[in-house]
Amino acid sequence: MSDVNLIITDRDGKTHKVVAPTDMAMNLMEIIRSYELAPEGTIGVCGGMAMCASCQCYINSDNNIPEMEDEEEAMLSEAFNVKENSRLGCQIAITNELEGLLFEIAPE
Amino acid sequence: MIKTDILIIGAGPTGLFTVFEAGLLKLKCHLIDALPQAGGQCSEIYPKKPIYDIPGFPEILAGDLTKNLLEQSKQFEPGFTLGERAESISKDKDGIFTVITNKGTKHQAPVVAIAGGLGSFEPRKPPLDNISFYEDKGVEYMIKDPEIYRNKNVVIAGGGDSALDWSIFLANINAKVTLIHRRNEFRGALDSVEKVRELKNNNKINIITPAEITKLNGKEKLESIIVSRDKIDTEIKVDHFIPLFGLSPKLGPIADWGLEIEKNAIKVDTFDYQTNIAGIFAIGDVNTYPGKLKLILCGFHEATLMCQSAYQIINPGKKNIFKYTTVSGIDGFDGTRKEAKKPVVQAINE
Repeated sequence: MSDVNLIITDRDGKTHKVVAPTDMAMNLMEIIRSYELAPEGTIGVCGGMAMCASCQCYINSDNNIPEMEDEEEAMLSEAFNVKENSRLGCQIAITNELEGLLFEIAPE
Repeated sequence: MIKTDILIIGAGPTGLFTVFEAGLLKLKCHLIDALPQAGGQCSEIYPKKPIYDIPGFPEILAGDLTKNLLEQSKQFEPGFTLGERAESISKDKDGIFTVITNKGTKHQAPVVAIAGGLGSFEPRKPPLDNISFYEDKGVEYMIKDPEIYRNKNVVIAGGGDSALDWSIFLANINAKVTLIHRRNEFRGALDSVEKVRELKNNNKINIITPAEITKLNGKEKLESIIVSRDKIDTEIKVDHFIPLFGLSPKLGPIADWGLEIEKNAIKVDTFDYQTNIAGIFAIGDVNTYPGKLKLILCGFHEATLMCQSAYQIINPGKKNIFKYTTVSGIDGFDGTRKEAKKPVVQAINE
């Protein structure tokens, strides 16, 4: 197991290069929280159950990420500011496939 | 005026367990919650999700945990002000706090315990231009009086249970309901989905999917909305537009109570989880301190320690000693008594 490098743009447009472990069962939402790139209480509100859309992200690179499941798709269909490349950060696990992933945290 | 010993803001798991721990010290509690039911996030967001880290419960549904906590606290007869948000707080010269809700209900207590989780649940508002202008002028995020919709043109937006349930309810009182959702699929109880389908087949509900509302129009009040479907915009005349996109928690008015706030949470002293204002405690997910973890089990611990200090504030100088429930049993305020069965002491050889 190794770490992967991610490039995250926060809600103020600032870009952060971060290192994320692949062996701690973490997801993108949790990485954002662990690096404090969005204020607590504005991200991962439901804890990561695809039930609040507070961790919506726009994926800006063509990494091979897992397909959306029904729950995520349903939640995104009720979220705001949704784009073609919208995903819920909590539903994307950190794996080696994410090396170099570029993504942006959607507005609150 | 509601008077109590400990006024608890937030009826989630931590708030509910506070009632039990306070009850053991013969302190009475009253809870305020913005939601219409107790349980906080456990009942509002994930009642059907299993929780695996409640000590002693290898697995328990969040809804069942709420039910059990209510059962456990029942003997201490807590009072509830539900569906109201704690708005303002003041302290009189005798150190008594008065908390007033958004509906004007007044509560008084010498101790206030904020167990507000991530805050009070507020409706999520779609990002449409001018939507705030039309609030209460045709745009409503919650249905308070269904009668006002009778025989009116009502557009409901959303794809979950509340959008489905209210569409059914309003169609049945002869509102002309149009339900708009961004997808063809709805995420709701099977029963509700089928009822909506039936109403649609009987021309009692108009459904537009996959579609999105992109604009609100009207001079003094809401008169029409623009619905975009397959990149074609259609104007629909409406009397009411009800966006039902769920709720999200906001710290809300508590943030202006003069409490020290850090990272959207209230700073406390870990001795007894008291805030910078003597007599106001913050417990559970709403507080922060070095090493804080937002876990239900940590909220239970914080509630327990907090009650010891609350006792001292409410009964200054009065002696008390910590007791085990296995030893002393429980005397409910409702007159019930729970205690261990006495062992049988009997001679075998007569």
